[in-house]
Amino acid sequence: MPNNSSEPILKVSGLNSHYGDFQALYDLDMSVEEGEALAIIGANGAGKSTLMRSVCGLISNDAAQVQYRGQNIGHLRADQVAKLGIALVPEGRQLFPSLSVEENLLIGGQIGREGVWSLQRVFELFPILEERRNVPSTALSGGQQQMVAIGRALMSNPDLLLMDEISLGLASVIIKTIYDALPGIIDEGMSVVIVEQDITKALSVSSRVYCLQEGRVSLEGQSSTVSRDEISRAYFGVE
Amino acid sequence: MDWINAIIQGTLLGGLYALFAAGLSLIFGVMRLVNIAHGDLIVLGAYLGLSTTLVLGVHPLTALLIVVPLMAAIGYVLQRGILNQTLGTDILPPLLVTFGLSVIIQNSLLEVYTADPQKMDAGVLETASLPLGDLSIGVLPLLTFVIAIVVIGGLQFIFYKTALGRAFRAVSDNQDIAQLMGLNRRHIYGLAMALALAVTAIAAILLGIRTSFDPSIGGGRLIFGFEAVIIGGLGNLWGTLVGGVILGVAQTIGANINPGWQLLSGHIVFLIIVAIRPNGLFPKVN
Repeated sequence: MPNNSSEPILKVSGLNSHYGDFQALYDLDMSVEEGEALAIIGANGAGKSTLMRSVCGLISNDAAQVQYRGQNIGHLRADQVAKLGIALVPEGRQLFPSLSVEENLLIGGQIGREGVWSLQRVFELFPILEERRNVPSTALSGGQQQMVAIGRALMSNPDLLLMDEISLGLASVIIKTIYDALPGIIDEGMSVVIVEQDITKALSVSSRVYCLQEGRVSLEGQSSTVSRDEISRAYFGVE
Repeated sequence: MDWINAIIQGTLLGGLYALFAAGLSLIFGVMRLVNIAHGDLIVLGAYLGLSTTLVLGVHPLTALLIVVPLMAAIGYVLQRGILNQTLGTDILPPLLVTFGLSVIIQNSLLEVYTADPQKMDAGVLETASLPLGDLSIGVLPLLTFVIAIVVIGGLQFIFYKTALGRAFRAVSDNQDIAQLMGLNRRHIYGLAMALALAVTAIAAILLGIRTSFDPSIGGGRLIFGFEAVIIGGLGNLWGTLVGGVILGVAQTIGANINPGWQLLSGHIVFLIIVAIRPNGLFPKVN
């Protein structure tokens, strides 16, 4: 497939998403460049998760509101979007309780996309998972479950990886372990979107950042240059 | 000796009940669908078997080669065409729709095949028996029991050792996240129903060789299937086999006491077990 390098891998335009009867996103525009690590920050209820669910097809929208490599995907089902190469690490991990650790990883790879990520490679990234490969996923600690959730998404060899609140509810030492693994993932050339409430973590691994507030983009900038004041204003909506 | 005979015959009969129940158990496990039309689908399978034997002049067991794929195809189309539309958070629509389906199947069979009882001709298989001391064991009941074990073992293998089974369990756990893995739940549900009706086809042929059938007997088979599933514990296929055996033994022992008590004693044992263990004997622990 010919690929114009200046074209964003993901383009969201004028997105109005609803969460039940409640409108969660208002005319939202954003884009993800090929190979970049993008952070999306914002308070609880700002619309971050709704944005992720819209991109990966769990919430249906107008076709042209979400474009992946120039193709309209806003109307596609989640399984169709997944086959195109977008994977989500969902908020709250959401592993399959009936499946073992290894099965949770294998089902991520069932989609059959070729690439560098394999069961072996995920075990190299998170060695503890190989030790515990045959236990039910529910028997793992929260941090280990998060590793499985990330590994499961990687197994599909996505071109665009969305990670929703991967540090939520985890001890800081575990968060560090997981964040230390991210550069190894990003360096493979994958485009990554990191949704976080932990602003410092989000800025440390990303090159660009969007801040959402009440369903709208309140700030867009380079992660290395945005100031604390700008972020505070965009995050809380106070002067 | 009568009692031992009753227990043996009941155990073998339990194999047939387990086959009735396996399809029911499978679709409930994958999509939480209670299929009221299951008994009538068994009868439909028996009639399809009858037609196959008559038209092609083949043995009923050979007819399996036609009826199993045919029922699987019917299952897939039924699921994708109708039943998928009824699935959601409300459990009432699938109950109502499958109840309606039950009425439609019964009346269509009545229209096509009349109400006359029918039976499949399996030749010597129907009466062949093996001596066992002072007793004799029918080859057909024994074959049915062995097939039940093989089928349940096969389903167990599919469920826990194959990619398809992984997909079944994943969709059952969390539909949304399963979609994210590239699994189209409508297709997976279709495959689950196809597999369930393939098993149903086997049960149907064995039923049609064993006894006569007419379009109205589906409801009774549905109850036996339900009872076997509930006794064994929801979601546990080997438990379903045990449930079928308990039901079969209860019936034959009841019949041994008084021929009129056959069905009643099965239902009573079912009620006692549910009263003592509401989740069945071997509930799946989550």
